[in-house]
Amino acid sequence: MIEFKNVALSYGQKQVLKDINLTLADTGLTSIIGPNGSGKSSCLSLMSRLQKASAGEVLLDNSPIQQIPANQLAKKLSILRQDNHTNARIQVKDLITFGRYPYHQGRPSAEDLKIVEQCIEYVDLQAVQDRFIDQLSGGQRQRVFIAMVLAQDTQTILLDEPLNNLDIKHSVSIMKQLRQACDELNKQVVVVLHDINFAAHYSDTIIALKNGELVANGSPTDIMQDSVLSHIYDMPITVTNIQGKPTCLFYS
Amino acid sequence: MTKTYLYWALVFVGLIITSLLLGSITLDSASFDWQLLSQTRIPRTIAIVLSGMSLSVAGVIMQMLANNKFVEPTTTGTVEWAILGMLLLLIFYPQASLTVKLSVSVLFSILGAMSFLLLIKKLHTRSIIMVPLVGIIYAGVIGAVVNFIAYQQDLMQFVWVWIQGDFSMILQGRYELLWFAGLLTCLAYFIADRFTIIGLGKNVATNLGLNYGYVFAIGITLVASVAGITVVIAGVLPFLGLIVPNIISLYYGDNLRRSIPLIACMGAMLALVCDILARILVHPFEIPVGVIMGVVGSAIFLGLLLRQTRHD
Repeated sequence: MIEFKNVALSYGQKQVLKDINLTLADTGLTSIIGPNGSGKSSCLSLMSRLQKASAGEVLLDNSPIQQIPANQLAKKLSILRQDNHTNARIQVKDLITFGRYPYHQGRPSAEDLKIVEQCIEYVDLQAVQDRFIDQLSGGQRQRVFIAMVLAQDTQTILLDEPLNNLDIKHSVSIMKQLRQACDELNKQVVVVLHDINFAAHYSDTIIALKNGELVANGSPTDIMQDSVLSHIYDMPITVTNIQGKPTCLFYS
Repeated sequence: MTKTYLYWALVFVGLIITSLLLGSITLDSASFDWQLLSQTRIPRTIAIVLSGMSLSVAGVIMQMLANNKFVEPTTTGTVEWAILGMLLLLIFYPQASLTVKLSVSVLFSILGAMSFLLLIKKLHTRSIIMVPLVGIIYAGVIGAVVNFIAYQQDLMQFVWVWIQGDFSMILQGRYELLWFAGLLTCLAYFIADRFTIIGLGKNVATNLGLNYGYVFAIGITLVASVAGITVVIAGVLPFLGLIVPNIISLYYGDNLRRSIPLIACMGAMLALVCDILARILVHPFEIPVGVIMGVVGSAIFLGLLLRQTRHD
């Protein structure tokens, strides 16, 4: 369980997050939405101990996240950020095997390698598993990093805009896999998404941020309302039911 | 695959034998001089192999720490700091023992490597070319400070001895500290995975439960110790740590668990080739091996840089 207690974050004078109180359930898929610069990524960084809160506390299973030993935390919670910039040339399979590092500490067992193989299949990368990551397209590289996080096999998985660079087919397939991980393996997945329709379709809960404040927190049906969305994005948005699913139309 | 390795192993052995037999005095069955072999030729060959190995591996580790493939201790001011330390020691405490010299050299190298890495962190640049350029400028600035002090104190010829890497003065009893650099190379292999993960960036490393700062500190100490030791024993050997890891990376990638042994072997071989060239070109005299490496290394370095910019 992840809890935010009066959490604030500022860079110098600039306040990025203001007094956030939030409790996330143990399982299920939560999407964080909001305009650019609303603090979504910062929120995820705080959840994953990559950043420290300026005020307040972030708790994982009732203990302050910064105090959990690094190696234990790596088996409970994993994070994939947007900026996975590296100049290292690593083979796809090797990189995904590093996802198992918290368990094998450099000496992967047969069990580890089996999980790695499954993750490669999951993200549909068998054909390129022996290539170096700098020989892949942006979308393939994104899937490699997603597979690396999946291989880490943690209860909580945090993903910052995982659908970046992905075409529709792979976006849907990644979201389906995340949905499946929640339903079948009881995982907790938190994703930052820009596409509201993706969020509405696959999430159990949607959290909306605006100017560093939590402005909405509820089920997709609660959030997918004209008034709520128009307030979040400061523009007229119409929600229509298409085949029984609330879908928002924002092209004008 | 195994055949390629076997072929290279034969080349390696061939180079070692050439290095042992080569010199102003010819060694053959008629005039076999065991003393000559054991007191100069064997120590010299071991020194070359150890420096070549450890400098190449130090280079790749620095590249992982900086997340840039075009840095190494001799192009980023680390060795200039080591020379600065030795120069100050010579001025203020000229009777220092080898151990003191070495400690000072390593300590200043750590300062040098750390200040460079902090500098590029502050610059927030991801440009592949910018980082090595900053390194070269930084090295130039520290080098100028060294030259200024040395010129004022009339110690230029000492600085030249340190700057020009040279194995001709290696004798039994005067190179053994290089074994320690070799030991550090083995240690690097032992914790290779950690350095590879550091090369994937701070966020990925933290996510995998690695203590980023701790591994970073080990890496800097390792790189600086190797640089410091080789400067004291043999002088500056430029570009080795840059071109060897880059060439290996082209074919085998950057998973250090796999590439460190290859980098070590190729580093040793390249150092042997340069030293053999240094001994043949003006036989029976010698050119400092640092000069040969400077020429060969800078040409390959430029080629690699141009290749990289074309790919971007």
